[in-house]
Amino acid sequence: MKIFIKRLLFLFVVMGIWQLVYVSGVFPDIAFPSLILVFESLFNGFTNGDLISALLASFRHLFIGLSLAILIGTALGVLLGKSQQADETAGMYLVALQSIPSIVWVPLSILVFGFTEFAVIFVVVLGGTFVMALNVRSAIHSVPPQLVRAARTMGTSGVSLFYRVEIPSSVPYFMSGIRLAWAFSWRALMAGELLSNGPGLGYSLRFAQDYARMDQVIGIIIIIGVIGAVMDQLVFSRLEKNVMKRWGLLKS
Amino acid sequence: MFLEVNNVTKSFADKDRESFEVFSNIDLAINENQFVSLLGPSGCGKSTLLSMVAGLESVTEGTIQLDGENIVKAGPDRGMVFQQPSLFPWLNVKENVMFPLKQSISKQEASDRADHFLKMVHLSRFKDHYTHELSGGMQQRVAIARALAMDPKVLLMDEPFGALDEQTRHILHKELMKIWQETQKTILFVTHSIQEAIKLSDRVVVMGTRPGRIIADFQVDLPRPRRRDDEQVIALERKVMDLLENEIDKVLKEELSHENLH
Repeated sequence: MKIFIKRLLFLFVVMGIWQLVYVSGVFPDIAFPSLILVFESLFNGFTNGDLISALLASFRHLFIGLSLAILIGTALGVLLGKSQQADETAGMYLVALQSIPSIVWVPLSILVFGFTEFAVIFVVVLGGTFVMALNVRSAIHSVPPQLVRAARTMGTSGVSLFYRVEIPSSVPYFMSGIRLAWAFSWRALMAGELLSNGPGLGYSLRFAQDYARMDQVIGIIIIIGVIGAVMDQLVFSRLEKNVMKRWGLLKS
Repeated sequence: MFLEVNNVTKSFADKDRESFEVFSNIDLAINENQFVSLLGPSGCGKSTLLSMVAGLESVTEGTIQLDGENIVKAGPDRGMVFQQPSLFPWLNVKENVMFPLKQSISKQEASDRADHFLKMVHLSRFKDHYTHELSGGMQQRVAIARALAMDPKVLLMDEPFGALDEQTRHILHKELMKIWQETQKTILFVTHSIQEAIKLSDRVVVMGTRPGRIIADFQVDLPRPRRRDDEQVIALERKVMDLLENEIDKVLKEELSHENLH
């Protein structure tokens, strides 16, 4: 609880300084709105439903895109992890693709799919797939050979070995893959939406920029930051930690 | 003979050099219910030979037969306990012991059998724990229970107590003796500890290195439990020690001359 109070106090201090700078009038109002205005625009955005529909749209894109990324990434990762041929042939390109920032895919996606929601989803899929595939590949490679040997002496081999030993043994790395895929997809989503024709949080952000509404811009940035932090800390990191503990990879 | 190693050779194909021979023309015959130790310096191929009996390593030449049948691959008729416990961390203790039983018998039967063997290794209280919550010695006991639960014809143990501290090893020696007398299993036990081999076995097969081969075969007809300070035990230890010292010297000399060449 003490940590919580420290963090809260810090937040109040930052807000206080903000408000002081605003009152001092050093910056024009258009570049530096008052905090009250920011909260007001957030409040209005939620009450008139604009922000809620934008949020729902963003979550729809993310859900579809991330699910596809996890599915495709897992399939690719298993293929590369199990087949040395495939890994030697295509593994390097996967690393190369992973290093491309997702915003780079936006023009390509828009040219192929037009200004549609699917163009955004496509960018999200590309954002998450490669990192997922790379993690699943390492997950398969990291199955301890000792466990495989032990299982073989117990008469387990082939498909049954894959399901009963290799998959469960990979779960912790798989979870890291999902957390990273989420993080990359979330960033890709914002990049895609910023350049799309909506709906979505990213689109609302650009809309606010077009109308020079700094209060809305900051409000939306706050929402994006809060969602990212909450999802990562409360959902994915926690899930990953629990699995690691359960698998004995982390001291409980 | 129950377990028969006939004229077996093992060589590994090396990428750039010619194939490397671990040992050649090994013959070994083991009676049912015997406790036999394979003793030797590192590099003599004792663990490799054990893995070949387990079916984890291929046989380059010759045959290995268990109860009249040729060994071609790993199977549940040979239980193996490794130096590392090799338990599955996502399963609890009891589920680990039940792992090899799932494919062959009903769940109820598997559960009963797991309980029975966990009781034998005194771990009934810990059956719901995860393996990383147990000490190294306890984990190794789970591994023994898991191997025994398959009711194998032979129990293969690859330096199973090598990674444990002295006290724990001593306790597990006692437990293993008790289990062996209770289950009447044939046990093939790999170790590099002369004391351990003499303390536990009916028979100690001593292997030498470069080339790997059997250099001696001792019957240990001493009453159990055997004490370290027993005169006969000490005499036998000395005898084996002398044999092995030659082997270890040979390895050292070769390594030193190799060093001087570079």
